[in-house]
Amino acid sequence: MSKEKIKISEDLFDIMPSDYQDLVKSSTYGKEDRGWKDIGTSKELIEQHSLCAGCPESMAFRYILASLPNPEDTVMVGSTGCTSLVFPMVAVHNIHSLFGNQNAIASGLKRALSVRFPDRTKDVVVLAGDGATVDIGLDMTLQAWFRQEKFTTICFDNELYANTGGQESGLMQKGFVAKMAPVGKLFEKVRLPEIARESGCHYVVNCTVSKPSLVEKVIRNAVHIAREIGPTYLQLYTPCILEIGKNSMEGLQEMRDSEKPTERFAYKEYVSEPAKQLLAELAAKDKERKAAAKQLAGQATA
Amino acid sequence: MADTRSVIGTQNKKGQTFTDTWKMMNEAPRTPSFFTGSEVIKEALRRASCDVMIAYPITPQSEAAALIGELFAEGYIGDYFRGESEFAVMSQCAGAAFGGARVFTTTAGPGTMRAMENFPMWSGARLPIQMIVTCRGINSPLSIQPDTLEIAYLLNTGMLVWHAETAQDFFDWILKGYMVSEEPDVHLPLALCCDGFFVTHTKDVVNLTPADMCLPPYDPYRSPVPCMDMECPPVRMMRDPFVMKSNYISYATHASWQQEIWAAVERSRKHSIHWLDGLIDTENTDADIMIVASGTAVSQGREAIRLLEEEGVRCGLVKVKTLRPWPEEEIREATKNAKHIFVPEFNVTGWLAKEIKATIPNHERVHAGPHVCGGMTMPPEIIVNEIKTTLGLHKSFVMAGRGS
Repeated sequence: MSKEKIKISEDLFDIMPSDYQDLVKSSTYGKEDRGWKDIGTSKELIEQHSLCAGCPESMAFRYILASLPNPEDTVMVGSTGCTSLVFPMVAVHNIHSLFGNQNAIASGLKRALSVRFPDRTKDVVVLAGDGATVDIGLDMTLQAWFRQEKFTTICFDNELYANTGGQESGLMQKGFVAKMAPVGKLFEKVRLPEIARESGCHYVVNCTVSKPSLVEKVIRNAVHIAREIGPTYLQLYTPCILEIGKNSMEGLQEMRDSEKPTERFAYKEYVSEPAKQLLAELAAKDKERKAAAKQLAGQATA
Repeated sequence: MADTRSVIGTQNKKGQTFTDTWKMMNEAPRTPSFFTGSEVIKEALRRASCDVMIAYPITPQSEAAALIGELFAEGYIGDYFRGESEFAVMSQCAGAAFGGARVFTTTAGPGTMRAMENFPMWSGARLPIQMIVTCRGINSPLSIQPDTLEIAYLLNTGMLVWHAETAQDFFDWILKGYMVSEEPDVHLPLALCCDGFFVTHTKDVVNLTPADMCLPPYDPYRSPVPCMDMECPPVRMMRDPFVMKSNYISYATHASWQQEIWAAVERSRKHSIHWLDGLIDTENTDADIMIVASGTAVSQGREAIRLLEEEGVRCGLVKVKTLRPWPEEEIREATKNAKHIFVPEFNVTGWLAKEIKATIPNHERVHAGPHVCGGMTMPPEIIVNEIKTTLGLHKSFVMAGRGS
């Protein structure tokens, strides 16, 4: 889709809602350098949302949407949970179907788009919580990776079932006392990043969303690698401050504390050899493009 | 609903000609072929301009799903793969349909039940997926034999549900089914059911349309809801998140949407009548005794009528072709003269008899049975015996050696 498709008659423009006007005037569609720095000055595809005040997931949503390399041709797939509170407010096509089947939905979707648009780039991005990704949907998560489906899976890991009130999940830390874990969780946090690597993902990152520039980098890498090579997986810590007993202002610090070198969300990245080669090629092209733009700007000034 | 303006007469990459569906089904020459039901499914799919087919093995649909894989290898299907379970397959079908593809899948028995959460989602999302259900036993103890109990569970999913009697029905209805389910005022999934083994694994003469003709392709932009391909501006389908339980508008939205799904089922009626030449077929509707059946029970009923006529007992027949939309008026009209209505079924609960009882006046006329279940065959003599015993026409006779 191009930006042209969201334009309406000029005569009607001034009576449209301001968020529509902003989208048309300030959309970053087609802009190669779009990123988190556009937030606040340009449209990052999300307007208001109804998550709790200070929810790290809301930060993650904004950074991700600002960082998509090709939002005008990106379809997102969500699952039941707090993400489905936000998806109605997101200005890319997005699918909510059931709970846990997001990677199966994305498999069919990506293949249909490939059949229908064989000469076009259509990106698919899955975004779901840890309950949907690692518990009820684990089979479909893994099988999509085994089949080398070409889309990105993002897990918002808040280490529990937040939307239903804080029950034990597979990504919860061992010993954590939660609803349905009355004496503390009895087994270790499932090591899905390692499983993702062994299951065929070409790019795997485990981190928090405390640093927008880092989120931007991993999102762009993940989408580009998924588009060209195969499945990619991001596990992003988006703590549910409500369920772990933090105040609205404490979400960012919670992430910073959890990403220290010895902590469970210390930055970890795996890149397969074909993916490394692709990233190097993309970096070279980017450098070339920026140099050409600089030269052009220089000529214009002269 | 396929686009009949721009592609009719042109060829696809396999050299098949996109043909007006009415002409293809009603005017093109037919070739008699001796095929199993599973092979007939494959031949219908060869002509269906299907974009995506997703498969999973479960008896008795495995053969059909595998044969469609051969079609993919030959280049007739856009994409084809084996999913990891029926729940996943139906989700993958949903994803493909959300992305604007014409989608086909097949399932049976316990697999249908495993996938069940998807079906009301398909309806609610207005996805015109076609699913063949080759019915078999769903209960414990395990059975792979024919039993139509699973149809009872599909009736309230918001899907269109048709029940084929023969392989010929299957061939024609697979192709016609897309024409009904893809209409903009319908746009619902279709469960096209048959009695497993009796239809899938037996050979029959089926008259096929030419293999070099195929359906016009699906046009996803005639859908009543946006196609999820970012070729049209994104819409905010829910201004308020749907789980904000204090929001009365959200409740009202869901309630009205459910009503809209069932209104769409009703709107499919006129299209189904057009393509299937009525929702029911009838014989001898002036008779005092009527047999009302769907699926292969119709064939058994037809033979029972012949046996009864040999004994001077006149009996009529109603073949119910579509269970959703439910042919309420047609059944009322066809049975208005009947003093006794028998409903033979291949299931223990008698879901068809219950539907009929709820439809007609003086429902004490309905005799729910005979029932066979657990995969038993239904010799026509059982129907004859049920009728004669119920009406006191003779003493019941023993069916030694039959019925298994």
